Amino acid sequence: MAEATVMERMPASSKPVVASASAAAASGSRIGFEDVSVTYGSLTVLHSFTLTVNPGEIVALIGPSGSGKTTALRAVAGFVKPSSGRILIGDRDVTYLAPYDRKIGMVVQNYALFPHMRVDENVAFGLRAHGAAEDVIRKRVPECLAMVGMAAYGKRYPRELSGGQQQRVAIARALAPRPQVLLLDEPLSALDAQIRRSMLDELAKLHRDLPNLTVLYVTHDQTEALTLANHIGIMRDGRLQAFGGAQSLFRHPPNRFAAEFLGRANLLPASDLQPGEGDRAHVRFGGTVLSARNHHRLPKGSDCLVCVRPHDFRFTRTATEPNSIGGTVVSVQWQGDVHNITFEAGGQTVRMTSTPMASPPAIGEAIAVHFDPDEVTLVPEDARHG
Amino acid sequence: MAEAAIAGPAPRTAPQSLWVVPPLLVLAVLFLYPLALIARASLGEEAPSFAAFEQVLKSGQFIDGLYHTVVIAISATAGCLVLGFILALVIAFVPFPGARLASRLIDTVIALPTFLVTLAFTFIYGSAGIINETLMHVLGLELPPINFLYSQWGVILAEVTVYTPFVMRPLLATFSLIDQAQIEVASSLGARPARIVRRIILPAALPALVAGGSLCLLLTVNEFGIVLFIGAKDVITLPLLIYSKAIQEFDYTTACVIAVVNVVLSLGLYTLYRIVVAHFGGKSAGVV
Ligand SMILES: Nc1ncnc2c1ncn2[C@@H]1O[C@H](COP(=O)(O)OP(=O)(O)O)[C@@H](O)[C@H]1O
Ligand SMILES: [Mg+2]
Repeated sequence: MAEATVMERMPASSKPVVASASAAAASGSRIGFEDVSVTYGSLTVLHSFTLTVNPGEIVALIGPSGSGKTTALRAVAGFVKPSSGRILIGDRDVTYLAPYDRKIGMVVQNYALFPHMRVDENVAFGLRAHGAAEDVIRKRVPECLAMVGMAAYGKRYPRELSGGQQQRVAIARALAPRPQVLLLDEPLSALDAQIRRSMLDELAKLHRDLPNLTVLYVTHDQTEALTLANHIGIMRDGRLQAFGGAQSLFRHPPNRFAAEFLGRANLLPASDLQPGEGDRAHVRFGGTVLSARNHHRLPKGSDCLVCVRPHDFRFTRTATEPNSIGGTVVSVQWQGDVHNITFEAGGQTVRMTSTPMASPPAIGEAIAVHFDPDEVTLVPEDARHG
Repeated sequence: MAEAAIAGPAPRTAPQSLWVVPPLLVLAVLFLYPLALIARASLGEEAPSFAAFEQVLKSGQFIDGLYHTVVIAISATAGCLVLGFILALVIAFVPFPGARLASRLIDTVIALPTFLVTLAFTFIYGSAGIINETLMHVLGLELPPINFLYSQWGVILAEVTVYTPFVMRPLLATFSLIDQAQIEVASSLGARPARIVRRIILPAALPALVAGGSLCLLLTVNEFGIVLFIGAKDVITLPLLIYSKAIQEFDYTTACVIAVVNVVLSLGLYTLYRIVVAHFGGKSAGVV
């Protein structure tokens, strides 16, 4: 994730988030959004959206339902016309290009296989549309089916396949004409949890086999985004809220929304920030002083949020140890491999997860927890969205 | 609830199958009996014989009528299919304001009596219609320059106008079921609109086209009002021939012979229609 460092820092001002990644690979095409706005009637569903997916990279767009992820993807595919701004694929401005001239691959949630064509005909469709020779088709179709592990299913009809198999065929169909750019819109959402996990592994492997393929991956599932993506863009209400390397975005979310959406962080309201040694800073939370990383260089004396992931808390003997807080247990939930514990501290409801305990604390019991200051980041309080 | 389910339905006083009797009775009185009368009449007034059949089926009038009926029905159906497919395609897939209104309008046309369109045609294309009047006035002609209405073509055009909605309705129903994502994916794979119509939309529309086309064929074979209203002298179809034999010439035997042929033709077409619909099975369910 070394290439991620350039865009970790997110502006805390009211300026829209602008994402761009650093390296440019020798081959493959980038996808570029330049200040793209999309409106439906009087409703603006994409606001000055700027983002670059570098050649050969996977960028995941995540965000709640209705945040404009699909709209952004469809703008690249050519099915929504931006009211302003430009879309680039490679060095080509495709903003006004018809979808069939954009040379992209697209995979959608419900597979959208052509029902009256056999699997091999589905995969051959794009090749035929591009006027490929018959012997090329005969060679490429089995290749693509083999790539997704569906070599044996060429003569079947889509209705004779399971959901996971249909999605594999949809991926093979999208890749058959060898597009530079692949657009995936919630490709795993219609699959059940177990198949989703194995498909996730396979998508990762597929990208290792096709390192020049540039992928825009839309999902509402943070696991998919964190597993696959080099960079993640977090969207809300048609705006890019945050953009960064997957790990750095997770560890140092630039704002409240990013912290909550990616990994359900606890955000403890703190005040009176005092810089310490290195990027360490100390803040007041309730009656105690907590230390954390001031990754975003928040100014001295400011109010902020302490972003603690549920798994960053450890039990401790007393609340007087450094970096510890005391609380009262509200709920305890056993989930097999973890215990989920909710407690109240300083007027906040805080979630923590721990490895399974033989004797978990009882509801109403007073507990003390602490966290490693190097694992926890201070996040600016976001003034724009309450 | 559980008890009720175990107890099952209450015992009936009459077997379920008795319900079939009233509809059968109605069918017999209103349909089968008259049909039998016609069939009987076609076999002559005294001892039943096929003499009348032989005579009628060989007559130039009948052959001419059969020829016109078949040519008009097939041409009109083909016209309906082509026009209906194109119009339905535009209404369903080309976003334009008023697409919804247009499809409502089509339903309205289905509700109108068939001769109304023919009457309107006479006003527009007839020898004293708007177009001819204007042309005669502008060009200073003695005779109306446009005469296609009083020919086979006039009948075909009128039938196409009247029956195209019967093709469009199942087509629009089918088109609304086509997943928009399929069309978009096809487009992203490099398919231009013509290819999408040919390879995605047309195969999906096939059951609706076959069903709508068979219905059109059935309706146009039996069409009477339009042919009568157009009133082209040498365009006599079987239904018109039956009318003129029975009502104008009081030649009931001949009329009944032709009627029997017409019924056989219709039932044959209907059987074909059912076979085709059954062949497409569940795919066309609810559409036709
Ligand atoms: N064709 C459309 N007409 C009007 N509004 C639309 C249309 N498509 C999407 N929207 C609106 O745009 C917003 C963003 O939608 P979308 O991009 O599908 O969100 P997401 O994929 O993140 O769930 C939503 O509020 C949605 O209602
Ligand atoms: Mg979506």
